[in-house]
Amino acid sequence: MQALERSAVETVRQGFRLSPEFRRGLAGTLLLAVLATAGKIIVPIAVQQVIDEGLTKATPDLAFIRNALLACAAAVLLTALASYLMNVRLYRATESGLATLRGKGFRHVHDLSVLTQNTERRGALVSRVTGDVDQISTFMQWGGLMIIVALGQLGIATVLMAIYSWQLTLVVWGCFLPVVLALPRFQRLVARNYTVVRERTGDVLAGVSESVVGSAVIRAYGSEDRTSDRIDAAINAQRKAQIRAQRVIGLTFPITELVASIALTGVLVLGVALGADKTITAGELIAFLFLITLFIMPLQMGTEVLNDAQNAIAGWRRILGVLDTPADVADPQDGAVLPRGPISVAFENVGFAYPDGPPVLREVSAAIPPRSRVAVVGETGSGKTTFAKLLTRLMDPASGRVLIDGVDLREIKFSSLRERVVMVPQDGFLFDSTLAENIRYGRPAATDEELAAALDELGLTEWLDGLPNGLRTPVGQRGESMSAGERQLVALARAYLADPDLLLLDEATSAVDPATEVRLARALDGVTRGRTAISIAHRLSTAEAADEIIVFDHGRIVQRGPHADLVREPGVYADLYASWATATRS
Amino acid sequence: MPTKVSSAVMRQGFKVIGHAIRAEPGIFAGAVFASAVYGVMTVLAAWALGWATEHAVLPAFGGGAPSGAMATAALLIIGTALFKALGVMGRRILAGIMQFRMQARSRRAATRQYLRLPLAWHHRHPTGQLLSIASSDAEAAWGPLAPLPMAVGVIVMLVAAAVAIVITDPVLAIVGFLIFPAIALLNLVYQRQLSPLATRAQELRASVSEVAHESFDGALVVKTLGREDAEAARFQARADDLRDANIAVGRIRGLFDPLLEALPTLGVLAVLLAGAYRLGSQDVTSGELIQVAYLFTLLAFPIRALGWVLAELPRSVVGWTRVQEVLDATGSMEYGTAGLTADTPARIRADAVTYGYDPDAPVLRGVAFEAAPGRTIALVGPTGAGKSTLIQLLARLIDPDEGAVTVDGTDLREVTRGGVAASVSLVPQQTFLFDDTVRGNVTLGADLPDERVWAALRLAQADGFVSALPDNLDTRVGERGATLSGGQRQRLALARALAREPRLLILDDATSSVDPQVEKRILVGLREQASTVIVVAYRMATIALADEVIYLEQGVVADHGAHEQLLDRCDGYRNLVTAYEREEAERAAAAELDDELNGELEGEVVA
Repeated sequence: MQALERSAVETVRQGFRLSPEFRRGLAGTLLLAVLATAGKIIVPIAVQQVIDEGLTKATPDLAFIRNALLACAAAVLLTALASYLMNVRLYRATESGLATLRGKGFRHVHDLSVLTQNTERRGALVSRVTGDVDQISTFMQWGGLMIIVALGQLGIATVLMAIYSWQLTLVVWGCFLPVVLALPRFQRLVARNYTVVRERTGDVLAGVSESVVGSAVIRAYGSEDRTSDRIDAAINAQRKAQIRAQRVIGLTFPITELVASIALTGVLVLGVALGADKTITAGELIAFLFLITLFIMPLQMGTEVLNDAQNAIAGWRRILGVLDTPADVADPQDGAVLPRGPISVAFENVGFAYPDGPPVLREVSAAIPPRSRVAVVGETGSGKTTFAKLLTRLMDPASGRVLIDGVDLREIKFSSLRERVVMVPQDGFLFDSTLAENIRYGRPAATDEELAAALDELGLTEWLDGLPNGLRTPVGQRGESMSAGERQLVALARAYLADPDLLLLDEATSAVDPATEVRLARALDGVTRGRTAISIAHRLSTAEAADEIIVFDHGRIVQRGPHADLVREPGVYADLYASWATATRS
Repeated sequence: MPTKVSSAVMRQGFKVIGHAIRAEPGIFAGAVFASAVYGVMTVLAAWALGWATEHAVLPAFGGGAPSGAMATAALLIIGTALFKALGVMGRRILAGIMQFRMQARSRRAATRQYLRLPLAWHHRHPTGQLLSIASSDAEAAWGPLAPLPMAVGVIVMLVAAAVAIVITDPVLAIVGFLIFPAIALLNLVYQRQLSPLATRAQELRASVSEVAHESFDGALVVKTLGREDAEAARFQARADDLRDANIAVGRIRGLFDPLLEALPTLGVLAVLLAGAYRLGSQDVTSGELIQVAYLFTLLAFPIRALGWVLAELPRSVVGWTRVQEVLDATGSMEYGTAGLTADTPARIRADAVTYGYDPDAPVLRGVAFEAAPGRTIALVGPTGAGKSTLIQLLARLIDPDEGAVTVDGTDLREVTRGGVAASVSLVPQQTFLFDDTVRGNVTLGADLPDERVWAALRLAQADGFVSALPDNLDTRVGERGATLSGGQRQRLALARALAREPRLLILDDATSSVDPQVEKRILVGLREQASTVIVVAYRMATIALADEVIYLEQGVVADHGAHEQLLDRCDGYRNLVTAYEREEAERAAAAELDDELNGELEGEVVA
């Protein structure tokens, strides 16, 4: 997916381009940041003034000291104000930018074809618009801010120190420079340890998830102890990794403190010597001691900030990786809008292969006239689901064309295509809401009466009446409060209410019991009259009723015709039918 | 859910902390000791600097530096820094150990409980919730343990600082006693303001993630109905809510963080001002003044640790409560002392069994039947009749509300732990494979020889594809069996049951993804096994292989007998199993009618 690995700078630049809000008012925010960090040297200056103007003189100039300190206090309040304004601007700009980024990422995931959506695991795509964005957010509001503050703090402290004494400044930097240079090394060490922690945490999650998802099997086979041993091992490994990482941080963190004390001592010793030559005043020397404390925090946070920055850049890279993936099945610009009415379908020499796979459809040509009812049959892997995905333009053919009403699918506006052609997939996925909300998903404006009418036309009223809350029944996450068969019923009603001109059923009633399935098939027979209906049949009972059957075998159409004809001629269909008949007849 | 640092939450939060301290007293004491060393050393460092100023620096500038004092000062400064560093090190490492040990403890306890609690409990709790309890809630519960030792150390530090300042100068002490409580108070106000907002942001973050999960999981539906824009709008609305919540958090943070930083700075300035006057009147020395000012500078940051503990409390209480609910859940299965020792096929009997997930609307009502040893019984019924529930009762995954299930006359509730699983094997409708090898998935840790594993695979018609796998029995099947097809996974799950040579084998529509021909071979093979078999089925071919049929309808046994008998006397059964045949017959009749009509029409046209 990631065609190119961007440099960190390029990644950040791209990221800023995607979220223009980041730039909005950036100059003002940075100016406020400079003011806010400048405030850090108020105390050292105040100390220096008090000592030089007050203590080392015979009679301290109390009025001067008072005024100076009041001025300092005012400056402190001003910098606090600057800091507040900077924070608010920063939060507003970054959060707005990140909300935009989330939205763009999310929309693009839906623009990707089913093919790409499957290559990336679903959970990973979710992380692109959640965790990855959060990582950038943490960096922008903590790490990134810290970098600005730390650089400002170190810079301003260094300038002031240099004004007081360049020799002592050299001493301070001589002590801290090795720490600065060692930071990336520490960071790598810490990052390595964190990686192990993340991996172990993944193991724990996998183990716990197994114990919950597999709870029935674990109980049925009495393997509770074995499972709990496995999880315990994973939890212990996680704990060990966490403690090891903590130890690394715990050992490296206080080094700055020690270095600071060495710097402090060095400054004292050399400062006293310089003081003898009168190149520095006592106040300036003491101010130095306060300035050194400004070095501790930025360096202690250094490894964490670098970690944070690295995570954010990695997060950005991953999001950009998704956004860079071209929407291979794209909505055409100025696409055709087809008038409503019965639909005809044509496949012209269509070929298709999944990435790095053998061809699954070869030279498929077929014309389906309007209002016909067609069943598509074939063994698993014969290409019938691919046929359905191409017909609904979930994927584009590698060669050849798919047309409806004589227009290439690639030239039809998405909204028009989706309005006219609707597929009911095998897995009846439902959204965590009520039955009514799910059924009207394809046509949100439908009234409850229209819903009830649609269910009635499908012969599902009796089923609906059996539900305690009727249309208000909550379906649970992914519809899991309903049985697999019931989910399929809802999915079917949902597609039917959307009122398409072509209804495509991909084994849409495979989990429904035979009696219900037959009832439903009969109802569908009635309601799809006047439309084009194509069903990929799992049970051949569906095929028997169709106007025409298309038989797939190894990616080709090998037979076409009505059931009565096909069943009599030797071939794939007759074999399939015989096998089906032995399975269902006594 | 507590969203504020109310006194109730604080009380509960401290109770949680109390649990941790009682669980790991040694580690906690060590961490607090290290932190106290750090606190005392911080105060000493300030004192050392003051001492150095007075005895080494100022005299030197006054002319003539006593070098002895310089050396002592250097030693003092580096010495205190060394102990301070050791204190930080010890505190961080020990606090980590404590926090991670407690997390591991909660995780272990929660997952043990997951394994112990009955399936009925699992039905009531969504997978996602149980996962997050064992991961993020167990983590949140012990969140305050990380900053806790530091906070205790800060208290030691504050006491030491207070003593040091009071000894130095009572007037400077007044400044200190004004500033420190102000900081503590500001911290408290800060957390009170922040925590409801932070909780809300956290909830919205979860909801953003939920929408993304659901929307991407349902991507096919979204696409096929052309609802991408509507989904994007739905997601953007949540993302915008999260943005606003985060900005609200930012506003509070942005206000309090600079204030908390400004307060100690103002304190230093106040000390300098008061100190200058006191110096003039000879009440303090310059060294003492520097010492107090430096102390304020050093205290400014660590004092925030008190706020961090408070900030973690609401999350901790919520997390701890959720974990505790799992640990307190009752209803784990009781086991008896009886053994199912026979090695002949089992006789299983349901005695007026009633069961309901919701007690007012039982799924099964008074179900009674008996299966003689060695018989194969088909369990048939429409979707939602209660077949899967009945099967879970037969394998004692759940216990009946009323009535009893017996094997060879022994109530399953009387059987020892593991006793039922040793005699009864269930293959559930939804295939579940472990992230393990083929062998591991078949044996599940039982000590079975390879011949027996292969024999089971053969019987399940799985030996073919397993021997084609790169490492045969040692091939890992990937997370949840991702590398195998649906039919192959079902056959592995079947082999798992067969390898145990169970006395009662229960198949819950366990061959739905298997080819009809292969399924037939499997079922024929099963008939030769020395076990009683109960199989949930729709397909006529499967039913035909059974000795008798139990027809379940709306939670009651509507009929029980041979297939032909039921076909003859039970309308519901006949409707269900002959649906396809009738459909065909009716269609044929309709076609004839159509032809006749068409003929008439044509005739009219001609006429």
